[in-house]
Amino acid sequence: MSDTEASLFAALRETVSGLAGRTPLPDYDETILLASGRLGSGSEWESFAANFEAASGRPMETTADLATFLKEGGHLRGYCDPLLREKVGSVLQTAGLEVSYEYDRERYDDFAFGITRASGVVAETGTVVLNDHETSDRLAALTPWVHVAVLSEEAPVHRTLSDAIRAFGDCPNVIWVTGPSKTADVEGILIEGVHGPGEQICLRL
Amino acid sequence: MNPQPIDRYAETLARETRDSVSASAAITTEKRVDILARDFPDPDGLRRLAGQIKQHTLEHLDDYLAKAVRALRDNGVVVHFAADAEEARKLILGLLSERGVRRVVKSKSMATEEIHLNDHLAAHGIDCVETDLGEFIVQIDGDTPSHIVRPIIHKNRREIARSFEAHGLGDYDDDPETITRRARIHLRSKYMESDAGITGGNFISAESGRVVLVTNEGNARFSMAPNRLHLALIGIEKIVPRDRDLAVFLNLLARSATAQQLTVYTQFINGPRASTQPSGPEEMHVVLLDNGRSRVLATDCREILRCIRCGACQNVCPVYRQASGHAYRAVYGGPVGAVLSPLLAGERFSDLADLPKASTLCGACREVCPVDIPIPDLLLRLRARAKEEGVRTPASIPMAPFATLATSPALWRTAMTASRAMNHLPTAALPVKPLREWLKLRTLPEWRGGEFRKWMKKRKQS
Ligand code: SF4
Repeated sequence: MSDTEASLFAALRETVSGLAGRTPLPDYDETILLASGRLGSGSEWESFAANFEAASGRPMETTADLATFLKEGGHLRGYCDPLLREKVGSVLQTAGLEVSYEYDRERYDDFAFGITRASGVVAETGTVVLNDHETSDRLAALTPWVHVAVLSEEAPVHRTLSDAIRAFGDCPNVIWVTGPSKTADVEGILIEGVHGPGEQICLRL
Repeated sequence: MNPQPIDRYAETLARETRDSVSASAAITTEKRVDILARDFPDPDGLRRLAGQIKQHTLEHLDDYLAKAVRALRDNGVVVHFAADAEEARKLILGLLSERGVRRVVKSKSMATEEIHLNDHLAAHGIDCVETDLGEFIVQIDGDTPSHIVRPIIHKNRREIARSFEAHGLGDYDDDPETITRRARIHLRSKYMESDAGITGGNFISAESGRVVLVTNEGNARFSMAPNRLHLALIGIEKIVPRDRDLAVFLNLLARSATAQQLTVYTQFINGPRASTQPSGPEEMHVVLLDNGRSRVLATDCREILRCIRCGACQNVCPVYRQASGHAYRAVYGGPVGAVLSPLLAGERFSDLADLPKASTLCGACREVCPVDIPIPDLLLRLRARAKEEGVRTPASIPMAPFATLATSPALWRTAMTASRAMNHLPTAALPVKPLREWLKLRTLPEWRGGEFRKWMKKRKQS
């Protein structure tokens, strides 16, 4: 233990032990946190989709829709996680898009889209959950203008943030993504696509 | 009551700046109320709950900090402690130098502002680029942030476009979208070429050691993807007891800060990258910063350590709206700064003891604070302390110098906070006459650092 660490702990102990009537850890019911209006009356996927759209995300249900979106937007070349080759990558290739299954960081600007796996979504907030185990390459989910997070059938649709927190597991890096990258730094005007993706898609298979 | 320095600064602030700060702060305040009322049955109950959780944590900080440190270490994070800004700078510089790091990308962090990290690294040959758009603009302008969440709330697009032009980031174009795209392109190569990423941290769960980081732009993600070293500088008060408590704070933070239900990117970091992951840090270091916090904990103003840096009290404050953040002459402006800055200043409390007086005590800050900090009460306690200690606040300073100082936030800040450098410099040699005169009225504490000389150099060049 460094001197700084030891003397800091000594000081903290002295301070807090001298406090009269310390505040207890409150007990609470998670319903106080529930934004129930955002859950709607439909399925949890529908709530997710509505909230994700409200945050400028694009929920999609078919690979054909994705191919059309990419072509119409001129996003013709990109990366796809090799584990999604069969279900997504090859469909896009058939549709005439150029798909690479290796992310080459030297060519980061050449990838207009990046397709990686999501580990779940959160209905209440319209959030896509990514983590280090499922994301084939952090950079592939980050540098392309369009990021497509692919949600498999088995992946969980969490109802609330609290549910999503309980499902963390032991992954060293969990990222909640709620829409495309944004800023309002310049005169409060909202601009999408600052450093991260300007288009955030969630494709449910 | 005599007008306080902040009021004087406000009076002389450019009309345009005041209007834009005021308008955008007001809009955020309104949207914040809307989203909280729409989403939660009892938003005030939620604020009180969050306040209690944090107060409990602070009042047991020895336990929770020890727990957090154990959990962090179990996660493979190297944990360091820094007692003050100097130790933190030394530690970080040491870690970077040992590893031969030359290029660093930094994600917005108030703690790194507090220790003036960028200048220190630059002085030792390490290039440290701010990546948050607002902070990047602050950096190229040699300015400082004027709001916790919106660092350039005091700048308009024309000023930004002129800076971009001056720094070789394209011909003059003040379209916010063009500005953003140019920064995007410029900063991408910086990330990709970086050797290390430095971030702050919004929360640490004592239970799991998860470090939580929120951004809207994605710059924190980008600061820990292309390089091999992640270094996070985090205040010791950022601990929360359990993972489940994070939901309480995350639900409140973005709504209070920007009226979003959640920030775009919320990261939960549990150490270096997974073994199966090709990109990302192999090493993660957390530097836990005291820098006056343990001293604040021992005062009757410890509630201020609950602060989660949302900026809502700045947005709602009539004084902040008129004066903008630079008037507070410290890293933290607005109501939170009026309490925190004099406390963190330690021995130099008297330098900033006027800040708690610059409030109308209208109580708005307390009503919006997501962790229910009784800011007006704390302001009163600090006023009492200043009186007890017989601190003379600079209320009797004549108006004219303020007019000059207020035309340049940098000048004002330097004059007020780095005036301690003055005893080291021949006052008569100062380039600005009103500043010279004003300084004659002050007794100057001991010189502490080199910031002022740097400022002088810049003044001479311009
Ligand atoms: S004092 Fe409260 S309102 Fe002000 S920044 Fe901190 S948490 Fe937000």
